[in-house]
Amino acid sequence: MTIAPAATRRAARLLRFDRVQRGAHWANALLFGVLMFTAIPLYFGSFFGAVFPRHLIEQIHLWSGLALPLPIVISLLGPWGRAMRRDVKRVNAWTREEIHWLQSLGRTPLEADKFNPGQKLNAIFIGAVIVVMLITGSMLQWFRFFSVSLRQGATFVHDVFAFAIFAVVIGHIAMAITHRDSLRSIFKGWVSEQWAATHAPKWLKESRDAEGSVNSP
Amino acid sequence: MTDLEPTPRVAVGRRVFLGVTGLAALGVAFGGSISNFLGNAFGSGLGGLLPGGDRFRIYSITGKYPKIKDSDYRLKVSGLVQRPKTFTLDDLKAMPVTSFTKNFQCVTGWKVPDVHWEGVLLSDIMDAVGIRPGAVALTFESYDRADTESLTIDQARLPDVIVAYQMLGAPVTTEHGGPVRLYVAPMFGYKSLKWLSAIRVVNQEQPGFWEQNGYPVNGWLDGTTGPTNPDPRLT
Repeated sequence: MTIAPAATRRAARLLRFDRVQRGAHWANALLFGVLMFTAIPLYFGSFFGAVFPRHLIEQIHLWSGLALPLPIVISLLGPWGRAMRRDVKRVNAWTREEIHWLQSLGRTPLEADKFNPGQKLNAIFIGAVIVVMLITGSMLQWFRFFSVSLRQGATFVHDVFAFAIFAVVIGHIAMAITHRDSLRSIFKGWVSEQWAATHAPKWLKESRDAEGSVNSP
Repeated sequence: MTDLEPTPRVAVGRRVFLGVTGLAALGVAFGGSISNFLGNAFGSGLGGLLPGGDRFRIYSITGKYPKIKDSDYRLKVSGLVQRPKTFTLDDLKAMPVTSFTKNFQCVTGWKVPDVHWEGVLLSDIMDAVGIRPGAVALTFESYDRADTESLTIDQARLPDVIVAYQMLGAPVTTEHGGPVRLYVAPMFGYKSLKWLSAIRVVNQEQPGFWEQNGYPVNGWLDGTTGPTNPDPRLT
């Protein structure tokens, strides 16, 4: 058996994230990063206090927060959002096997979809927290329209969810840097067919059925 | 599983999404009571580390904290008074001590329960200098040269409005507005001006820094904004 020529090897690739999805991911990641970095001195003000320009950091946090839904909304709604919309459907609709897989923490057999249930859960969580943080953050910014008790509630939720977001985002980054093939696909878009056969066999089968042949990026 | 029968699917995404946002809505509705409970359950030690627990969020208008040595501290009281006077920290400490434990409630929604405060009643200071007829309000200035505040004479005479030099069982720290700050217990935190440098007795109320930025001049904790407090037991 000889090594396949370059052209064949390139053909054995599968597009996992198109340009729009990659752009949306990185714009979203940038906003999350800015929000998380600015959140630290705002939350632990007493440790940073004297040396940081609080007002500037508040403004950066506020405007990044208001912009937070844009990458996902824009990438979903335009005529360019076909792949994005298809993946949202994938993330939403779970098979019984996927539910069991998650409930057993990965111990039951599963013919994995394009995303495994853990990845799907991550995406759903991020979608939900964008809404939650945007609403509670707005309540804190325009607090005059709300009762003191609701302001306290919004502060509480914004804080608790911030802690959860740090945990999930750190987990997401840890998973990404320990799974190089998946990581490459959010930079370059493609995964190898070989990777898909192991990690996303159902998706591989679907792609082959849909296109008759494997698409190349 | 065969290709002939469609795989039954469950909209887990929608359910989790609604679950998370629903939980957050409950948190907004009841989070105030939850964080009060957590604050009471864990006290200011562990509570300070918990999200939503009882911890101060330090704000500064200028982004800097004026650092004032105890020996350099002066409180200048002037305006419509019979005996204008500049108090040193020792002068204040020599006056009758008032102390109590009360919440610090920020207008934006966070609260630190059961903070111990100690200092001099503002009404004792007013008595020491003698208010002249025609006086209506007090204005307060800060060493940060940015913040200003105001109280009517009646508000300033409330029994839980003090010029504080002790807080949380220790001298007021620089970040909390030390060595001397105002503490106006029945109102939101922005009324409790930090790094108090001067009090002027004046013949009309002058909105302070936060009031000029849209906050109510009378920031009672129950959300009312009239000149007098409708609930005398407000804490």
